[in-house]
Amino acid sequence: MIEAKEIIVNMGPQHPSTHGVLRLKLWLDGEVVVKSEPIIGYLHRGVEKLGEHRTYPQFGPVTDRLDYIASVSNNLAWVETIEKLMGIEVPRRAEFIRVILTELTRIASHLVWLGTHALDIGAMSVVLYCFREREAILDVFEMVTGARLTTHAFRIGGLPKDVPDGFKEKVLEFVNVFPKYIDDYERLLTKNRIWLKRTKNVGVITAEDAINIGLSGPSIRGSGVKWDIRKSNPYSVYSEMDFIIPTGEIGDVYDRYLVRMEEMRQSTRIVKQAIENLPDGEVMAKVPKVIKPPPGEVYHSIEAPKGELGYYVVSDGSTIPYRVRIRPPSFVNLQSLSKLIDGHLVADVVAAIGSLDIVLGEIDR
Amino acid sequence: MSSHIIDWLIIPFVKILAIFGFIVISVLLLVWLERRVVGFIQSRLGPNRVGPFGLLQTVADTIKLLLKEDIVPHKADRRLFNLGPIVVFVPLAVAFALIPFGGNIKIFGKEVSLYLADLNIGLLFVIAFSSLGIFGIILGGWAANSKYPLLGSLRSAAQMVSYEVALGLSIISVLFFSKSLSLVDIVEAQKQMGVWFIFIQPVAFFIFLIAGIAETNRCPFDLPEAESELVGGFHTEYSGIKFAFYFLAEYAHMVLISALVVILFLGGWYRPFPNVEFLSFLDVVPDSVWFILKFGFFIYLYIWIRGTFPRYRYDQLLELSWKGLIPLALANIIVTGFILILIR
Repeated sequence: MIEAKEIIVNMGPQHPSTHGVLRLKLWLDGEVVVKSEPIIGYLHRGVEKLGEHRTYPQFGPVTDRLDYIASVSNNLAWVETIEKLMGIEVPRRAEFIRVILTELTRIASHLVWLGTHALDIGAMSVVLYCFREREAILDVFEMVTGARLTTHAFRIGGLPKDVPDGFKEKVLEFVNVFPKYIDDYERLLTKNRIWLKRTKNVGVITAEDAINIGLSGPSIRGSGVKWDIRKSNPYSVYSEMDFIIPTGEIGDVYDRYLVRMEEMRQSTRIVKQAIENLPDGEVMAKVPKVIKPPPGEVYHSIEAPKGELGYYVVSDGSTIPYRVRIRPPSFVNLQSLSKLIDGHLVADVVAAIGSLDIVLGEIDR
Repeated sequence: MSSHIIDWLIIPFVKILAIFGFIVISVLLLVWLERRVVGFIQSRLGPNRVGPFGLLQTVADTIKLLLKEDIVPHKADRRLFNLGPIVVFVPLAVAFALIPFGGNIKIFGKEVSLYLADLNIGLLFVIAFSSLGIFGIILGGWAANSKYPLLGSLRSAAQMVSYEVALGLSIISVLFFSKSLSLVDIVEAQKQMGVWFIFIQPVAFFIFLIAGIAETNRCPFDLPEAESELVGGFHTEYSGIKFAFYFLAEYAHMVLISALVVILFLGGWYRPFPNVEFLSFLDVVPDSVWFILKFGFFIYLYIWIRGTFPRYRYDQLLELSWKGLIPLALANIIVTGFILILIR
């Protein structure tokens, strides 16, 4: 007699589609995922503890390594948290440049997501197109910060120095051509029969579940929840920008895909507005040489490319934070994975992981 | 030397060498072409360092593969594990014996055919042998004693069963017209009718093409190896020369299916419209070159598809065959048969 037996497959930590060192334990009946369990901790670096052993400015470069696809966003959340704690007013020019760079980061991050997500579903050309455009953004970062990956662009109180000559032209050049490239990606995927079959009604998460789990970013907006910190708790100069928050309908992989595609268009719009209205003036506020926030605690979050990125900092009045805790979007979003994939097929697992856009750097803090 | 020795020993031997050479050279070129074309599609350079235009890239790849450590997993069934790559390649090579690359030519005053054999059941033989390779995939996937390869080989088995049916059914309507299973006769029938079968059997052509791509496990049907899902599928645990054999077999399979498409639907080695006098200037191009040109187009199509499409899901792939291609092929047979009876 033939006996049907479940097999346990470890997807990762070295699987090409687990987007880093994520281990997924899958109980499979044939190719159907009966049960799944994400296991993390293969990259643990103790970043929060590092924060409690460094001065406030010194922790900045460490945050670059959290979500290494979007270093600038991590920086922004950190410096704004400390600025909030100390009540520092950042010059307008610096705020505008911050918005330009973080929105470019959002595009760069979404490009990596789109490329790898498409690759997971077997469309190999998209990844190379996305990286081609990402290079243009990295050129801008290199121009401003000297680095391409761990771009430490911001300082508490503003920017370390003003942007170099040619910055404006370079950014404008990019935002003017980029929408055409988005059209190209969409032409390859959005109405492609196979793409639709692989993403529609796959990995569905309802708005209610998404809220209960604490999803944020494009992952919750895909389920139709209009939640974006840039609109709900505007920081920096986002309240002056004209942009819309795209949302999905049923919360499947396809909706999350469409949301991110539209977000790239909206980010391009924001960058264009910011660069065209870039004010003159200082880029650094008057901050004490030694950063010593008053005793107290603060939580501040921003809308990072992957969702809500927040820092909770307790100050005891010294030069070193008493406590640093990070609320990274990927860590929270990952919780939904089992809900997305249980009962689906192995092929849907990679589509679902891709659609959450996780990066293990900020999961295994 | 008696003419018997020449006819029965030397000429076949030379032909076997030529066919083997054709397989190896076309696979070598194919690997290079795939990289160049995909590179072009993806706005990157493709190989351009080893030799002129990167032509020696495949040579470098081969040397690399030959020199790699040959790893056998600890608890693998060593015998079957070693057998897999051979089983996948040999039947394919045998199938090539029946592929006609051209008609008869004169060499040193002797009439020589550009195929090794012409069997009256040729088409059945080729299709049967080309699908035998699946055993190698299943053996390899099972013998590795590892879960991803096992899943890959099971997928491959299901895929073969589904698409073999569609492939077989699509051929039947061609046979209505050729009235023979000999590949040479099928080509000749197209000449006599003065029209390629693609024009009178377009549906069969598309079914054959799609099923053919699925048979060769190429994108968007590359589920048995699906790197992003199964890490490499049936060949996950293979390295070095054994992996090279799987690789070689996949490419040789592409070559075979492309050749079959040309023979069944595109008039084989004949120039376009071979009966039209007005186009006789096209005869300056030798038969084999016409064959290679048409065949090259399909190879290019394979690569083009790979650079464009995402991958189907396993159940969707089976659905496409059982709910789409097979009923369509059956309907095509019925309609074709009906029309043939009506016009007789």
